[in-house]
This record gives sequence, C-alpha cells and structure tokens, in this order.
Amino acid sequence: MIGLVTAIVKPHALDSVKDSLRSAGISGMTVTEVRGFGRQGGHTETYRGAEYVVDLIPKLRVEVLCGLEEADKVMEIIRSAAYTGAIGDGKIWVVDVARAMRIRTGEMGADAV
Amino acid sequence: MHHKARWVGGAGITAGITAGAVLLSAATAGAQEVEVLAEDVQTNLDNVFVLVAAVLVIFMQAGFALVEAGLTRAKSVANIMMKNLMDFCGGAIAFFAVGYAIAFGAGNDFFGTEGWFLGDGAFQYGTLTVPVTFIFQAAFAATAATIVSGAMAERTKFKSYFVYSIGISAVIYPIVVHWNWGGGWLAQLSTPFHDFAGSTMVHLTGGVAALMGAIVLGPRIGKYGPDGRPRAIPAHNIPYAVLGTFVLLVGWYGFNPGSELAADGAIGGIAVTTTLAAAAGAVTAMLTIWAKSGKPDVAMAANGMLAGLVGITAGTAAVSNVGALVIGALAGVLVVMAVLFFDRIGVDDPVGAISVHGVCGAFGTICVGLFATADTDFWQQGLFYGGGAGQLVSQVIGVVAVAAFVAVTAGILFLAIKATIGLRVPAEEELAGLDVAEHGAPGYGQDVAAPLPPVPVGAARSYGATL
Repeated sequence: MIGLVTAIVKPHALDSVKDSLRSAGISGMTVTEVRGFGRQGGHTETYRGAEYVVDLIPKLRVEVLCGLEEADKVMEIIRSAAYTGAIGDGKIWVVDVARAMRIRTGEMGADAV
Repeated sequence: MHHKARWVGGAGITAGITAGAVLLSAATAGAQEVEVLAEDVQTNLDNVFVLVAAVLVIFMQAGFALVEAGLTRAKSVANIMMKNLMDFCGGAIAFFAVGYAIAFGAGNDFFGTEGWFLGDGAFQYGTLTVPVTFIFQAAFAATAATIVSGAMAERTKFKSYFVYSIGISAVIYPIVVHWNWGGGWLAQLSTPFHDFAGSTMVHLTGGVAALMGAIVLGPRIGKYGPDGRPRAIPAHNIPYAVLGTFVLLVGWYGFNPGSELAADGAIGGIAVTTTLAAAAGAVTAMLTIWAKSGKPDVAMAANGMLAGLVGITAGTAAVSNVGALVIGALAGVLVVMAVLFFDRIGVDDPVGAISVHGVCGAFGTICVGLFATADTDFWQQGLFYGGGAGQLVSQVIGVVAVAAFVAVTAGILFLAIKATIGLRVPAEEELAGLDVAEHGAPGYGQDVAAPLPPVPVGAARSYGATL
C-alpha cells in the first residue's frame, strides 16, 4: 500500500521540511509553487495610500510518495519542520495511491517508491 | 572671465602669465607655435558641456520608461516601453522638422517661422553651435512629450499615442517654448516671466497634456469600485520605479545645470539647489504618505523626489539653498495630496504624472516669484525677499496662459484622435493586457510566470471580471 502525503506550507519552511525528510531517510519529494487561501483569508497591503486584499497567498505544495505505514511519520516530520504557530502554517493530508511505477525500471508498487 | 590668453607649444615645461596672456609650454618636440585664444577654449567648453547635458537629458527617457513600466502592470509592460521608445523617436523627428523652427525661429510673439529642418535661420544660442543648441532643445521636447505616456498607461491605442506624441513635439510644445525661451510675449512682459529650465515650459506642458489625455480616455477598468471609490492597482516592479527615479535624478543634472547653456561658474550652484530639492521632496512625500496611510510607500516617495526636481527646475538658478529645500519639501507634500486628489475625482493617472509634472511644475514656477533672492538681468527679487510682487504676477500669468493653451490644444488633439482613429483599446484587450493585442507578444515571455493580480478591497473575488 502506497500513500501520497501532500502538504501546503509557507515558502520559507521548504528548507527545514526538505532537510528533515532527508535525514529521516525519505528519498524523494516534489515541490510546486501554489496560491490559495484558508481560514486566514489573505492579508491586506497598501499602495499609494490605498488598501487592498491579497487573498491568494503564495504557498508551496510538497508531495511525498511513501509506504502507507510511513505516512503518519512523514506527516509528523513535515508538521514539526513547518510549524511556526502562526496562522497560515498550512495543511497536510494523505491519500491512498492505487498504483505507482518507476519509469526507468518499470518497478511497481512499494518498489517504485 | 573671457581673458585673452595664448597657449604656445614648445620644448621644455614652462608656464608664464604676462599681462592678459597665458603662456603654456607643452613638452612636445619641435618649436611649432599654436595659438589658442581663451575665448575659443571657453566656446568649446560651452559646447562640450551643453552637449553632455543634452545626453543626460536624453538619458531621462530611460528613467521615464522605467518609472512608468514599474508603476503599471506586467501585462502591459511592453506597451509602455514601446510608447517611451517611440515618443522619443517621433518627437525628435517632428522637432527637427518643424518644432525647432516654431520654438526658436524668428517670427512673431507667438510662434517662430524660420529654421525648418535646421535649415536657413536655424537658431543658435550664445557660443553654442546650431547642432548643440538643437540637440539640447530636442531632448527637452522629448521630455515634455514622454511625460504623458504614464498618465495614459494600460488603456491607450498605441498608434493613437504615437500620433499624439508627434502633435505635441511638432506644434504644442514648440509654441509654448516660443512664448518664453523663443523671445515671445512671456519674455516681453514688463517683468519677464522666468522659467530657467522648464518647470512650466516642459513639465506643466507635459502635465496638462497628461491631464487632458487621462480625462478623455477615462479610468482603467477596475480602478473604481461600484461605489465609485478609487482602488489600488499596485505597481508590478518597484525596483524599476526606483531605478528609473534615480536615472531621472541623474538626468536632471543635465536638465538644470545644462540650461545655463554655458560652462561657467553658475552650474555648480544649480546642481546644489537641484540636489537639495530632490532630497527634500522625497523625504516630505514619504512622511506625508506615512502619516496618511501608516506606511512609507516606496512609489510615493519616488514621486516625491521627482516632485522636488520639477519644483526646483524654474528657480534653480534664482533661489538660495534654503529656498531650494523649502520648495522641494513643499512639492513633496503637494504631490501626495495631488495624487490622492486626482484619484478621488476620477482621473486615473497610474504613475502620478499629472501631479508630479503639472501640479509641481506650476508650483515651482510660481515659487520663483516668492523665493528669488536678488534682482538680476533675468529675474526680479521675490516677494519673500522684499522684491515685491512683480515677478510673482508674471509667473502666475505664465502658468495660467500655458496651462490654458495646452489644455485647449491637447484637449482638441485627443478628441480629434478619439473621433478618427480612436483613443482607447477595446475592453477585452485592456483586461488581457495590451502587449499581445497591440504589439504581438508579451513583455515578459511565457517562461516567466506572471503572478496573479491582487484584489482591491471591496472587489468581488473573481479575476478577469474586475481587473
């Protein structure tokens, strides 16, 4: 069984998330730049004296494929690395992965991770 | 200062000063004598200095381009750069063909009629050659023309803007210049109007044309909410805007000291008043917006530096250093108030050109009548120094006359363009950005991800529909 751990984190948390996952032996991750809002609902900025709302805030989406039994550990690693306690720290979720394949070798399932 | 002197080249290194003559011996082989009169040296120095000043003023085109590109949105960045590129080119050719003759040629009190295409009767000033006089003045004409592009940013048809830029450089700006620098009626008032480097001639002219353009165009889609209140449409590149402001500051050392039109002892003092006003304007604009909105806004502080520069341009040779500080400081406050005022009354000027050049140009010109420290051949002592109101009255006459003339002629020009080839791009083109529809390709290539635009306070959270 394979799980996909997806985390939305603050951009500046990337280095500590990456380093923590690597030192825990997690061998791969994918990062994309994303924008969104959650309960925080964006923030306001001022330009030439007028306020405006930036409601889609830049975040990073970190994706890690791992054995499903490892998923809780991965979640906890990411949480402790990305945690500041301030609003906007992000979210982490896990989904089941039906199939996975390593392109180079054609290995399937847990061997592909 | 134009002492007659001789430079003599010969063997050995000796220098001697005899009655009225300087003898310099250079270490060259042979005893060939070359006689150079000090007047010739001065003439060459004047021409070199003013040509270098003209190049600095032309460099201001780069400053305008960067400020305007920075303070507007990424989706129309190629368009604003193209407008800056082409208003210089169209303006330079138009000013060469007819503008220079109208501005400086012999004629009547309102326009000149000699020196078309720099031909017979082309004007030359003092010791300057015709080409040096022309290139310096052409740089100024291009400055007046390019002021307008920022105020009309993000919604004007390119070809319409190009036609406008030829119109102002060929006719409107030259007529205004003839009134004063060309020896016309403003120069013949009982107390002649004084505008040393062009607070009115260049900046008020450009600023009023910008106002007329922005009014005829109307605001950008999304600038005003359903309640009619102005919204922020943030700059896409503050580093461009600040860099452009610095480029303009550097260019102003050609604009103001160069307007002395000679390499003499006055240019240093002019550079000092220019510097002090620029610095004071930036500081007070920063403090004003800081007090009003709680943050030292970068774009507004940059506008403040330009406001100080525009403000000191008329009186740069006539006022004291303290006077320059006061003029710059007041211009910095004034520009913030003016930007917020034009925003409120529905005139959408994305870069603040109307406030910087129009409002502070008028203000700086009037300040000559208040802050001029002493009587000279070119201006009378100002009101604050006990010189009475004579100069002040002439300054007000000049400002009102130029503003009215430009408002009418630029208004007619923009309305005529609107009625014929159209002035504004279609709404869908404006929403998508002008770059692709007007020029074929985006300013920033597809490999550069464009950030999503922010949403003004009170706007619906759906893009495209409002911005």
